[in-house]
Amino acid sequence: MDICEFAVDKIRNFSIIAHIDHGKSTLADRLLEITGAIVKTDRNKQVLDKLQVERERGITVKAQTASLFYRHRGQTYLLNLIDTPGHVDFSYEVSRSISACQGVLLVVDANQGIQAQTVANFYLAFEAQLTIIPVINKIDLKNADPERVESQIEKVFDIPREECIRISAKLGTNVDQVLQEVVKRIPHPAVSKADAFRALVFDSTFDHYRGVVANIALFGGQVAKGDKIVSAHLGKTYEVNELGILTPDEHPRDRLYAGQVGYVVAGMKEVKEAQVGDTLYHQNKPVEALPGFKPAKAMVFAGMYPMDQSEYSGLRSAVEKLTLNDSSVTVQRDSSLALGAGWRLGFLGLLHMEVFNQRLEQEYNASVIVTSPTVPYKAVLCSAKLMKNRRAVQKNMVYIDDQRVMMKYLFPLNEVVVDFYDQLKSLSSGYASFDYEDAGYQPADLIKMDFLLNGRPVEELTTIVHKDRAYSTGKFMCERLKDSIPRQMFEIAVQAAIGSKIIARETIKAYRKNVLAKCYGGDVTRKMKLLKKQAEGKKKMRRIGNVDVPKDAFINVLKRKDK
Amino acid sequence: MTGYWVSGHMAIQRHLLDRVSAFPSQWPFCLRRCSYCNFNKYVPRRVDNAAMTRCLVKETATLLRLSRVARINSVFFGGGTPSLASPSTIAAVLETVSQNAHLPNEAEVTLEVNPTPTGMAKLKDFTEAGVNRFSVGVQSLRDDDLKRLGRDHSSWEALKAISEARTLCPGRVSVDVMFGLPGQSVESWEGELERVLDVCDDHVSLYQLTLERGTQLFKQVEFGEQTVPGDDVTAVMYRTARRILENRGFLQYEVSNFAKNGAVSLHNLGYWRARQYIGVGPGAHGRFVPQAEGAVQREARTQTLEPDVWMREVQQVGHGTRRRTRLTQLALLEEVLVMALRMTDGLTHQDWAMFNPDAGLHCILGQSEDVLELQERGLLILDVRGLRCSWEGLALLDSMLPTLLFHLEKYISNQEKQKEEGSPSLCQGGKSKTR
Repeated sequence: MDICEFAVDKIRNFSIIAHIDHGKSTLADRLLEITGAIVKTDRNKQVLDKLQVERERGITVKAQTASLFYRHRGQTYLLNLIDTPGHVDFSYEVSRSISACQGVLLVVDANQGIQAQTVANFYLAFEAQLTIIPVINKIDLKNADPERVESQIEKVFDIPREECIRISAKLGTNVDQVLQEVVKRIPHPAVSKADAFRALVFDSTFDHYRGVVANIALFGGQVAKGDKIVSAHLGKTYEVNELGILTPDEHPRDRLYAGQVGYVVAGMKEVKEAQVGDTLYHQNKPVEALPGFKPAKAMVFAGMYPMDQSEYSGLRSAVEKLTLNDSSVTVQRDSSLALGAGWRLGFLGLLHMEVFNQRLEQEYNASVIVTSPTVPYKAVLCSAKLMKNRRAVQKNMVYIDDQRVMMKYLFPLNEVVVDFYDQLKSLSSGYASFDYEDAGYQPADLIKMDFLLNGRPVEELTTIVHKDRAYSTGKFMCERLKDSIPRQMFEIAVQAAIGSKIIARETIKAYRKNVLAKCYGGDVTRKMKLLKKQAEGKKKMRRIGNVDVPKDAFINVLKRKDK
Repeated sequence: MTGYWVSGHMAIQRHLLDRVSAFPSQWPFCLRRCSYCNFNKYVPRRVDNAAMTRCLVKETATLLRLSRVARINSVFFGGGTPSLASPSTIAAVLETVSQNAHLPNEAEVTLEVNPTPTGMAKLKDFTEAGVNRFSVGVQSLRDDDLKRLGRDHSSWEALKAISEARTLCPGRVSVDVMFGLPGQSVESWEGELERVLDVCDDHVSLYQLTLERGTQLFKQVEFGEQTVPGDDVTAVMYRTARRILENRGFLQYEVSNFAKNGAVSLHNLGYWRARQYIGVGPGAHGRFVPQAEGAVQREARTQTLEPDVWMREVQQVGHGTRRRTRLTQLALLEEVLVMALRMTDGLTHQDWAMFNPDAGLHCILGQSEDVLELQERGLLILDVRGLRCSWEGLALLDSMLPTLLFHLEKYISNQEKQKEEGSPSLCQGGKSKTR
């Protein structure tokens, strides 16, 4: 089917949005099957989720796109389905995908009903003024209560219940009707082939042979192979090497037209050159950039170190390769006395970080130590008294509507980097959202805390904490140390100290008897194995005063609590 | 012993080989399993005594011939409960030993005894079969403790057994006792030990109850049905036991073994002095050079554990050896070190030289800071006699061994590297600081 035959009024651009596990990806599979884009088999379960980690965890990490041909009442339509990640960590990506659409299918589980992401995604679509088609899924399950959910939708979203479509994506029930409604209710894109070329980048991947492959939605004009295009964000010019549509596999074409969705390869070397939300236009024909572009903002930070310094370059290349395809990870080199050279990485959320780690281990065989990150401090040497600060100072509070309130606080970054975001989400069942901006450096009551073993300081563990946190951090680390250092022939005092003042202490008891009772012929074999292992362990120990500390001890003390 | 000393390696090896001490023989059957036991033991419905005997005899002959050993200094019947075996089995095995090597009249022949009435009745017959030493498994003299441990005898029976054994083999009876039992306190332990010492002979073996995974007692403790004393308490129990035994005239010669009037266990000394031994029977262990195959290196050997399978193998090929591992020079030296340090006399320079004539203990271990530190702390002694633990150090031996093994390995691998590079260096006399 030749693409240029499609009049803009036969094009529909839509997305599927939903709370996690409500059946977004299954519905996408069904739509692909019905329109013949994929052959109906059992193995099509969630075709669009390509990454191993996605398949394992049953989540979508990278958005995929497919152009479908649908015949309705004697007419053929071009339906562009843009799959979106369902997780809260990726809401920015969702908002960009949505801006390429004119409508969305809002999928709600017939038993669970409206959940946090249902609401969040609804607002994204609502604020973008898209047509919203509510779809109630999983009606095949025993506990399904579509009537109740329809009432919910009417009440919360103010959408008449008659507009809901009840389906079972798994069984295919009523899915055909969904496609019909897409054609009927969602407007065609209000664009014209005659306008200047203007396209939105809503996703990009990195291909080793071709470079960056950008997924674009054309908001005007047309673009062809060989054209020179410009990225609004960076101002750089590229030549289009290849372009086409996705079904979801790539189908190269000579030309793409306004209202269509597809991919383009244009000699970009890094995904940072094709950032989500960016605008593309023809060289010498600049256009107004599409609104809503934001560079990705990291919310959760962690330190990452190789297990052993000898693995540093292997880990570095793995991190580089992974971030090639994920421009939302912020990377900064860092180093720790105990663990050597590593990085401080920023992620969109905890899931993002976990997926990143898992991919590091699975795809690149890297074993990584994950720590709470260090936060930059500036020490001010002055004799003036330091200003007293509460940890978080409320700045203002605004009611957005009768259901939402926005609160602004001033936080020290330290309080926020590790797990604030995660706790906020879990405390509010996912409903609360969070954004931040740098408010500069502020003076604070910070102190240096040392750790001592039988009076000798352990350099690697010296840390800077806020006065209010000193005791709890000190106690926690002493306990971790106690659990990580094996007993020796004398008592070991583990202490946390501020200056000369001891603020926390744990004791590791001495062995008073440590000898095997029976050792006759044959017993020695088993005993030797254990002794040899302990002798090997001696090689990796660090001597602090008279205490032998295994290398693992540092890792145990410094790593993130949730790992 | 000095008569055999000729310069050169071969002579020393011959010396070692000629004097194979030990001949441990396994009778792995018991009437029931004690709650703390994790040895290779079986509780069968019935035992085919005749078949077992035939197989023990066959394996004995095969392995003696394989080792080409000239003389056996001691034979030990363990298990299981060897006192369940018939005296004729014992006699048959001893007969086979003397047919395949020289078994002198004064060789020590020990039988482990479980002090039940059935065992008792046979003691005299055992002596007539050739046994001249008994090791009685008393464990405890408190009936409630015995019950808790799943033992199948009473304290009265145990006392009777000791008395009977002493009559038959005066001065040659050993008694096993355990501390760290559930419900024991330091005071109750001290009282019990004193009672044992009132009735025992010239040799006492003292063991701490250890919880082994997979035993009934382990599970009971895990589920809170029983509790055992904490390690601070057992440390005190061991300490006071050593003092009490010393006060009563016993000399501690090994971590767990005490003797009066020189009544040490020759057989066990053989283990700790790393002499060769040939293990026969299901689950038995051996350390010898299979010279008949042309070997010159010592092997660590284990016989098949399961009695039925073991018997089949013996019938088919003459012995049921499940594992054989050649010991490298380093592995051999490691065993020498680990075993010898368990003795209060420790590792003499002469004994060490038998295994490693090239470099002495001062050279290999005396140079390191770690070892010097242990000496300074009064735990380890390295002097003209050799290397040994102090009284305090003996109780902490396993904390010191990894360090010693670390330095031993370092020395040996350095020597090997230098040999490859063609520049073997002799030990320097002076002390250089190495870690």
